[in-house]
Amino acid sequence: MSTTAFKSLSTAMFKGFVRDKMSLFFMFFFPLMFLVVFGLLLGDSGEDKIKIAVTGDGPVVAALDQTGAVEIQRFDDERAALAKVEDGDLPAAIILRGNAIQLRFAASDQVAAGTVNGLVSGVVDKLNLSATGQPAAFSLQQQPVEDASLKPIQYLTPGILSWGISISAVFGAALTMVSWRKKQVLRRIRLAPVSAFTVLTSRLTVSVGIAIVQAITFVLVALTPPFGLKLSGSWYLALPLLVLGTLAFFAIGMLVGAFCKTEEAASGAANILVMPMSFLSGSFFPIENAPGWLQAVSQALPLRHMNDGMLDVLVRGKGIEALLLPCSVLIAFTAVVGFAAAKIFRWED
Amino acid sequence: MTDAVVVTDIRKSYGDLNAVDGVSFTVAEGEFFGILGPNGAGKTTTLEIVEGLREPDSGTVELLGVNPWPRNPELLPRVGVQLQASSFFERLTAREQLETFGSLYGVGTAKAGEMLELVGLTDKADVQENKLSGGQRQRLSIACALVHDPDVVFLDEPTAALDPQARRNLWDVLRAIQARGKTIVYTTHYLDEAEILCDRVAIMDRGKVLALDSPAALVRGLDAPTRILLQPGALPLDTARELEGVDTAAEDEVSLTISTRKPARVLSTLAERGTLDGLQVRTATLEDVFLDHTGREYRA
Ligand SMILES: Nc1ncnc2c1ncn2[C@@H]1O[C@H](COP(=O)(O)OP(=O)(O)O)[C@@H](O)[C@H]1O
Ligand SMILES: [Mg+2]
Repeated sequence: MSTTAFKSLSTAMFKGFVRDKMSLFFMFFFPLMFLVVFGLLLGDSGEDKIKIAVTGDGPVVAALDQTGAVEIQRFDDERAALAKVEDGDLPAAIILRGNAIQLRFAASDQVAAGTVNGLVSGVVDKLNLSATGQPAAFSLQQQPVEDASLKPIQYLTPGILSWGISISAVFGAALTMVSWRKKQVLRRIRLAPVSAFTVLTSRLTVSVGIAIVQAITFVLVALTPPFGLKLSGSWYLALPLLVLGTLAFFAIGMLVGAFCKTEEAASGAANILVMPMSFLSGSFFPIENAPGWLQAVSQALPLRHMNDGMLDVLVRGKGIEALLLPCSVLIAFTAVVGFAAAKIFRWED
Repeated sequence: MTDAVVVTDIRKSYGDLNAVDGVSFTVAEGEFFGILGPNGAGKTTTLEIVEGLREPDSGTVELLGVNPWPRNPELLPRVGVQLQASSFFERLTAREQLETFGSLYGVGTAKAGEMLELVGLTDKADVQENKLSGGQRQRLSIACALVHDPDVVFLDEPTAALDPQARRNLWDVLRAIQARGKTIVYTTHYLDEAEILCDRVAIMDRGKVLALDSPAALVRGLDAPTRILLQPGALPLDTARELEGVDTAAEDEVSLTISTRKPARVLSTLAERGTLDGLQVRTATLEDVFLDHTGREYRA
């Protein structure tokens, strides 16, 4: 492989990318915009807590507050508190009269009702137990696995970053390939003493470079106070995922580019692939709540594994063993799709 | 002199269409060789087979002594190609295009400046390719074909779709390249242009070579009469017919046309009589050669 040819081809492709304001916006700033908008919309995790109306005070209220799972709204008037629940504004109200504790809840919201009932009875049982002065027969240790319940920005950053990289890699590869074939640049390059391998790796290098710049930008933005991302100590393990993910999406882009004759067809096909994939892979919303069969489908997608891996190493603080599955899937995916793309590759129309 | 290109009976068909139907020719080193013909004649297909971009169905090609098919990386540095569609890298300036193409051949960036100078684009060095005029793009495209100093240069319709001024500028570039000792094989559908530029031409139509020689020899070989045009009424038609050496004479509203195979004799007689008003002399052209071979008027 000729290194001067490699360097100058990479430079040419990189300049072509940054000078095209449209694709620079679409492939780079558009995903970043998603991160900013979603990050601001979903805000911090305070929004996720269950709000409970409370009248009166006592150790039960203090203990509930300490669980960190509920947000307590105090009312002086019992009727006002109950009205809130009846109107559906709040899922439950606790009315304290001395040691008599009354919990009134809206049964219509079963999930919230169950949570509140569980929480309140748990707290009351615990207080009752300690009031008897008896040692507990069973001991329970509770510890979160993450440093906080996952705030939206904590899963949005890895998810939207992976999605952004999938966009830049798929579109970048597909559009370069189609336009170079259409403008006969590929044929012209074929008449020069450079190998197809050099051409391919230089374009791939540009994609990996763009992905790294994307990762740095996304993470830096997410770290700023309005978003408040907290990176885990093992964030650097994201690098292999970044490279392998780019490779997998690059391969998809090559496949799209090999199929499509025009840039319009290529961006259409790339969109049809990337958009559903990003939803199914949980780039914007956690996929855990989706039906089982949908989750099974999502396991077949490279973006899902890139998301999971990124989430594990960027915010969950998992170690190198967390890379095993995502990296293997991405490598396998690259091999299969890349092979197919190479099979149907054409130098000219 | 050795031959840079030897093509023997190449054929290429697409379905029922014989795009190239038994073409043979040789191009000597240092020669300016033109492949002429109307659109669809098979010029591009022929050229691309010789360049090694397409495989002929049958026949042989020797380019600088070797077979260009399959792709031969050792041959490529000695060959420069301008494709019919000007193929540039997206959004690079003229200088960057030359530097990038040069680097594919291991040529240093200094060469770019020299090439820009050769094709007269020095003041456009930092302009992006898509903002150049048609003529400037063609010149840049030729410069890109030359940047690695090849021995043989293939140019596919470099002057197509250019205005007359841009075409003439390009002729100067082509002559400058030939002066550097390069072998040039170029295609065009402008027969008049080829007559001016080329040492030898092959006139193609429907995949076949109709005629192959220097333009002058082809025209001479026609044995076509020279036509002398005068103002109508410059002399009586009967007198004109009886002048020595005149084959035929005819008159219409525009001109009195005299056909002759002895133009020198007729012209001196006319001069003696002082009847040279509105004189034009038309000798046969390559278009007449085309007409002679095909029975059709030449239409590019
Ligand atoms: N790849 C191809 N597939 C099918 N037909 C082709 C192809 N390339 C050229 N042809 C046909 O072959 C004929 C000669 O084409 P071409 O060599 O491009 O002519 P020219 O360059 O003289 O205009 C045309 O009729 C053209 O349509
Ligand atoms: Mg052509």
